[in-house]
Amino acid sequence: MVKAKSAYSTPGKQGKFDTHIIVVWVDNETGVLARVVGLFSSRGYSIESLAVAEIDPKLNISRITIVTTGTPQVIEQIKLQLKKLVPVHKVADFKREDKNVIFKEMALLKIVGNNLKREKALKACKKFNAVILDKSNKSVVIQITALRRDIDLMSKNLKKFGLVSVSRTGAVAMTRGADTFNN
Amino acid sequence: MSKLYSGAEIVFKCLEDQGVEFIFGYPGGAVLPIYDELKNHESIKHILARHEQGAGHAAEGYARSSNKPGVLLVTSGPGATNAVTALTDAYMDSVPLVCISGQVPTHLIGTDAFQECDTTGITRPCTKHNWLVKDIKDLPKVIHKAFEVATTGRPGPVLVDIPKDVQFQKTKYLNFKKKKKLNSKSYNQFSQKNIDELIKLMSKASKPIFYTGGGVINSGPKASELLRELVNVTGFPITSTLQGLGSYPGNDNYFLGMLGMHGSYEANNAMHDCDLMINIGARFDDRITGKIDEFSPKSKKVHIDIDPSSINKNVKVDLPIVGDVAAVISSTIKTIKKVKPNFAKSNKQKISKWWEKIQKWRSIKSFDFVNSTETIKPQYAVQRLYELTKNKDTYITTEVGQHQMWAAQHYKFDKPNRWMTSGGLGTMGYGLPAAVGVQVAHPNKLVIDIAGEASVLMTMQEMSTAVQYSLPIKIFILNNEYMGMVRQWQELLHEKNYSESYTAALPDFVKLAEAYGCVGIRAKTPDELDDKIIEMINTDRPVIFDCMVDKEENCFPMIPSGKPHNQMLLGPKDQKENKITRKGKTLV
Repeated sequence: MVKAKSAYSTPGKQGKFDTHIIVVWVDNETGVLARVVGLFSSRGYSIESLAVAEIDPKLNISRITIVTTGTPQVIEQIKLQLKKLVPVHKVADFKREDKNVIFKEMALLKIVGNNLKREKALKACKKFNAVILDKSNKSVVIQITALRRDIDLMSKNLKKFGLVSVSRTGAVAMTRGADTFNN
Repeated sequence: MSKLYSGAEIVFKCLEDQGVEFIFGYPGGAVLPIYDELKNHESIKHILARHEQGAGHAAEGYARSSNKPGVLLVTSGPGATNAVTALTDAYMDSVPLVCISGQVPTHLIGTDAFQECDTTGITRPCTKHNWLVKDIKDLPKVIHKAFEVATTGRPGPVLVDIPKDVQFQKTKYLNFKKKKKLNSKSYNQFSQKNIDELIKLMSKASKPIFYTGGGVINSGPKASELLRELVNVTGFPITSTLQGLGSYPGNDNYFLGMLGMHGSYEANNAMHDCDLMINIGARFDDRITGKIDEFSPKSKKVHIDIDPSSINKNVKVDLPIVGDVAAVISSTIKTIKKVKPNFAKSNKQKISKWWEKIQKWRSIKSFDFVNSTETIKPQYAVQRLYELTKNKDTYITTEVGQHQMWAAQHYKFDKPNRWMTSGGLGTMGYGLPAAVGVQVAHPNKLVIDIAGEASVLMTMQEMSTAVQYSLPIKIFILNNEYMGMVRQWQELLHEKNYSESYTAALPDFVKLAEAYGCVGIRAKTPDELDDKIIEMINTDRPVIFDCMVDKEENCFPMIPSGKPHNQMLLGPKDQKENKITRKGKTLV
């Protein structure tokens, strides 16, 4: 075994990892996504999924939704570091288990196969708000919206019905009820 | 209709309105319009460096010794990439820098044009923020914002990238009024409740310690005054990080010396055994904490910092107080005076045992070394330098390595902003150009770079800058012909395999000095050292002082890798030496 002689100190005990959804409101300017993503990569934070789009063209605000995992200490750092970025307006953080928040991801599934297979695929997708976006006599493109693990499961289960292509988004999030998130 | 100004003119309008007196820089194709405009602005003087890194460190030295932002002007491509080390250094040590860089014209961006690079992309992780200004109308706003970002909150470097065509384009300029107190409300997030809690902890503690850092210095000279008062009011012992030296007088009895890897025995043991640690403007850096799991295991920890993200980053604390150091200390003193006017007196009994313990640690005299009559010991050289310059309000910069630690241990500072060293990034080659910047800010003061012969060669070309502007900086080289700190670690951890740490073909520094048009002095024996140092001080030109020191001296005390604070190596006299375990070897 090669002796590593360059480390600085032994890594301490690692805490428990939680999945969090971080929502960041930013000025929609050049390079802003690179700043946010660069912060994650340079400090060694993980990104499970990422969704970003402008939400207010007048005020020029984009909303970035990042699913990440980390110890409570790391999650706290992520929030504080994000708040230091100049184009960041506010940062919200939700636990994946949080019942007061809706999380959704969307996926497009292309099924190629005979009538029966396509019917079965469609039936399996039903409970995930399935919408048929395109049809031909050999194929169908289905849109579903669901949670990450449901989509994971679907993309596995639909293989036998002729799933040939999957395209999916990162998660987006919204609080339940009349309240909106304020700092 | 109001007058239209070119982008280059606007750059100077902004600098004038920001009160900038000096720019450190180096011209090139993509900044020529700005350089062309320089002649029309007498209040701003340009200092021409010999390398953009040198310009950057000079701007840092200027900023740290004057509490004003340093301004750096470089060209596109290599100009910008050469500045990256200085920007990163400033980022790590929280130095306010504004770097203005030229860029290829907007229509050529992205085409791999001559001297093009993705400057904002490259500098994104080493600046607080950066801007590529593609629209001339944004330019005034961006430059003023750049100064605001660099100087507020936790200070740091920013960069404004200006394409050449934008420097020619014209727009209006509205006069700018500087906001007065930028650092007030938005950064002071603490409440009176926090202060009350702090005082409660302070009155309960029987083994308290103040652990102070560069944040005290960045908060301004007032913060250092307040810190002295706070120590006075409480009677608590105080230690400082490398960057905080000078915020509290180095000779004072309450001061335990620097802490950390090469800090004093008393400071490190007090940090380990204390029951209340009050961190003021420091960041629990790994050179300070050692092994995190065993870091000060029995203490309540308070952290005062202007940067919320510094809190709980490395060490979990019990009471975070987010705010400007001066504001927090001032409220604390006010409250103590109101609630417990005799705090120090009534508390004296309670912490007297603690002070006894500290005196015991102190009596070990961990900075001691075995002196010699034949060779100059590097510690002795720093001690003599201190004794002969201490009454002169001297400014000290350093490079990085053993000499830096010896300077920190043996040179005692009693004022803030007198000590400029690269702590976070550890940039060899920092000290010489930093001294240039310090001397620009303080033309009549004695400015000395305590250097190592390896570090100083990295930016030696800046001697030429010193000569050009008649900046009488003194480069005091502790010359042991080794990269001393590398050699020390190789001796302790790599079975004395001195791989590539010896410099076989060093220049003759005296002749080198003469070649640059400055003065070279060499000292070889302890007997002649004092006279030579006095000769250096009395020379009103730049000096390179080649101090030939013991080649194999090690820097002690030292917290060996993988050990907590209370297990220091004490040097040649200490029998416990060579205790670094096999496991510890991997941990430096």
